[in-house]
Amino acid sequence: MQSAGSKRGFAPWADPGAWPLLRVEGLSKRFGGFTAVNHLSLDVYEGEFFALLGPSGCGKTTLLRMIAGFERPNTGRIMLDGVDLSPVPPYRRPVNMMFQSYALFPHLNVEANVAFGLRQEGLAKLEIARRVADMLALVKLDSFGRRKPHELSGGQRQRVALARSLVKRPRLLLLDEPMAALDKKLRGETRFELMELQRRLGLTFVIVTHDQSEAMTVADRIAVMDQGRLMQVAPPAEIYEQPNSCWVADFVGDVNLFEGRLGDDGLSVEGTAAGTLRVAAKSPAEPGQVVWVAVRPEKLRIAREQPSAGLDNSVAATVLDIGYLGDSSLYKLRIRDGSQVKAAVANIGGRAAAAPAVDQQVWLSWPPEAAIVLTR
Amino acid sequence: MRRNQPRSLWQSLVVRIPYAWLAALFVLPFLIVLKISLSQSAIARPPYTPVFDLAAGWHGIRAFFAALSFDNYVLIGSDPIYVLSYLKSVEIAAFSTLILLLVGYPIAYAIARTPRRWQAVLIVLTVLPFWTSLLIRIYAWMNILQRDGPLNQLLVALSIVKEPPVWLSTNTAIFIGVVYSYLPFMVLPLYATLEKLDESLLEAAADLGCPRWKIFWQVTLPLSSSGVIAGALLCFIPIVGEFVIPDLLGGSRSPMIGQTIWMEFFGNKDWPAAAAVAVVLVCLLVAPILVYQHRAMRAVERD
Amino acid sequence: MRKVSAVNLAAIAVGIAFLYLPIVILVIYSFNASRLVAVWGGWSTRWYGELMSDVPILDAAFISIRLALVSASAATILGTLAALALARFGRFRGRLLFAAMIYAPLVMPEVITGLSLLLLFVAVAADRGFWTVAIAHTTMAMCFVTVIVQSRLVGFDISLEEAAMDLGATPLATFFAVTLPLILPAVAAAWMLAFALSLDDLVIASFTTGPGATTLPIRIYSEVRLGVKPEMNAVCSIMVGVVGVAVIAASLLAKLSGGERAARAQP
Repeated sequence: MQSAGSKRGFAPWADPGAWPLLRVEGLSKRFGGFTAVNHLSLDVYEGEFFALLGPSGCGKTTLLRMIAGFERPNTGRIMLDGVDLSPVPPYRRPVNMMFQSYALFPHLNVEANVAFGLRQEGLAKLEIARRVADMLALVKLDSFGRRKPHELSGGQRQRVALARSLVKRPRLLLLDEPMAALDKKLRGETRFELMELQRRLGLTFVIVTHDQSEAMTVADRIAVMDQGRLMQVAPPAEIYEQPNSCWVADFVGDVNLFEGRLGDDGLSVEGTAAGTLRVAAKSPAEPGQVVWVAVRPEKLRIAREQPSAGLDNSVAATVLDIGYLGDSSLYKLRIRDGSQVKAAVANIGGRAAAAPAVDQQVWLSWPPEAAIVLTR
Repeated sequence: MRRNQPRSLWQSLVVRIPYAWLAALFVLPFLIVLKISLSQSAIARPPYTPVFDLAAGWHGIRAFFAALSFDNYVLIGSDPIYVLSYLKSVEIAAFSTLILLLVGYPIAYAIARTPRRWQAVLIVLTVLPFWTSLLIRIYAWMNILQRDGPLNQLLVALSIVKEPPVWLSTNTAIFIGVVYSYLPFMVLPLYATLEKLDESLLEAAADLGCPRWKIFWQVTLPLSSSGVIAGALLCFIPIVGEFVIPDLLGGSRSPMIGQTIWMEFFGNKDWPAAAAVAVVLVCLLVAPILVYQHRAMRAVERD
Repeated sequence: MRKVSAVNLAAIAVGIAFLYLPIVILVIYSFNASRLVAVWGGWSTRWYGELMSDVPILDAAFISIRLALVSASAATILGTLAALALARFGRFRGRLLFAAMIYAPLVMPEVITGLSLLLLFVAVAADRGFWTVAIAHTTMAMCFVTVIVQSRLVGFDISLEEAAMDLGATPLATFFAVTLPLILPAVAAAWMLAFALSLDDLVIASFTTGPGATTLPIRIYSEVRLGVKPEMNAVCSIMVGVVGVAVIAASLLAKLSGGERAARAQP
């Protein structure tokens, strides 16, 4: 699930010799008694598309605003190109932000909005006009330069905001929920436009989002945040396939969790709701320790007959409910101890007559390598 | 979200200039009034003693404090002229606020129920007279209420009265003038809350079987209580100290407190007494002013 | 489309009639050729003509207009600064007292404001006249300016200012490039209100004025105290006309230039 095809092999974070473009060290921010960001450290590399993903109120926007300079951290520091940004006011930082509300100046037309940042640098009029025109062409708004923001559609406004923050060629572009105000279809297209733009300009993007599919699509790496802390930082596929905790597994996508104790061989988990379960990879946990077996719903198979005894895990279940989603169906099932399990089945053959119905007895099975063991 | 960056010089000036202006021209004058209310009237320039004189040194300051007295306050408490004019002011203000509520509420309610396009126009129409001078508006009523003015001409022509009644120099004239002048101040806050009133709440009440008159008492009125309080305070406080209206429309036989201060000051030239009357008036109004202030601040900042 | 009930329509009609009838009557009487109110002597512009040769009234009008221009401008600057301080600088020390000093004068009876300012001017031995009235009017009007501008500042999206700074504008540049253009309708409305307040004020001006600075309201007051005079009908009608034209022109102008934006800025 590597996001950017042309970026295959792009993994500066794996190179111990690489210098980060942005380094966040031990950053904390409190508002009164509430800790929005809690001793957080983070590296972002040049050319990276980095996503901050988390539920609302997790501190991701506060982190972004501290990088932009609108909030002052209580502790810690933010380094860009090795320079501490703390004493630098927002208007002198080589960082630009695209606001969630877009914050387009209502009294200025599109051109003047895009030119605003360049005017502050005191560039020559001709140079400004040229760069504004180039940028408007890039976001396909060439013919809209004279319009006021309120005469544009939501999607066009979004592109003006993007153009305005890009035209200054920032070292780092911060995007605060850039697609939250768009409708679903437009959002899907815009994701790919954004990736394309980032690759073409070779800039570094940090995006804040609460939408996991958005983060998965656009980002080289995702930082999952909760309550002001980083839960996991990894490429999208790793976040999905190898979450480091039950919380991350549950937050990113759907998951079935079976609690049990790790067996002596390290390859089985005993005493779960589904009995003893086999896993493929050896867990670093101690035998006898409480662990969780995590299996994604789409990795479960549903069968009417008991699968032939093999290495696969299997458990008997009753269908409680079926949610038809179009491309797939989501099954809610109950296993023998009464706990619920979710299974997703792709609707390949249309509405197959063979599909199990509510109240039917079925068997769920999955291969050991489809599950992973989590220790927290 | 509030920024807490260190402030630059010009930013601190933004706070300090208006701050200093108001401290010097609103708070300081008040303290001076307080001080003069404790002084004695004298035939001099300025017409009171003691005069604060720093040149006299420590001794002068001690003498200054020794000369302060509460005589003026004793006078206010013992002379029925003052007590009566306080009572009359509060009475007139309370009654006219009540009348204003009864007159202003239906107007505000009606405006809030008209189509959106009309509302802006109607509000402008309501506020427009406020832009012309209070003096002119009261003078317009002097015209109307004269003995042989248009009101009496109309009443006689319609044979409602035989003899033209006297309007000027009566409390009725004061009430008319006050209600007329303060109507925009009552209608505006009422309209502001009624306009925000979610109509689906009224529909929900009706749907639940509430008759129309009950909806008013149980839903509309409670939900507009903040507008009622704001309007009442916005009218009551300044009416208590009103000068122009009672002076031109009312008589001078039983003056309101604003007239008394004016008279003490310009007529009797008794500055300490005028200051003491003013101090007592402020004390009288301090509670409603604090309530008003608290609400106004919250309203603006929540907006 | 909502239907307006007959009761509501009646309430509005009676309300508007009550507000405007006295002024209309005043204007009609100003054209009465007869000196007596009870007698209608036919239409005439006689009193307007007599006004043109009434030097004290013309002088007073000139002083009042100058006074209103000076104090409205000063009050707008001071009041806008105060609004910025209240709306943008968070919880600075002494904010509560500051807010109290802004809101109290709005309802403070004018007799008290006037008396206390006069006693201040006496205490500092200032020569009373044009400038003391101007200072007094500035103080009274700046509080109204602050409230109007502050509500506009609170209403607008603070991320616009952040965006300007993010794009490299210093705080000062941000104010002139973004904040001021956006609050301009409110600032203009506030200036007009301050102008009208100064032009109208009788009580505060009476306390704080001195020789040679008789304002128009003081002049009118001294004339009408003793009864109705046809010349005063004419003066008042002119003032009503000027104010009416100014307010209507301003609201049309706001509509043409700012459209929807300006309309939202009206308090």
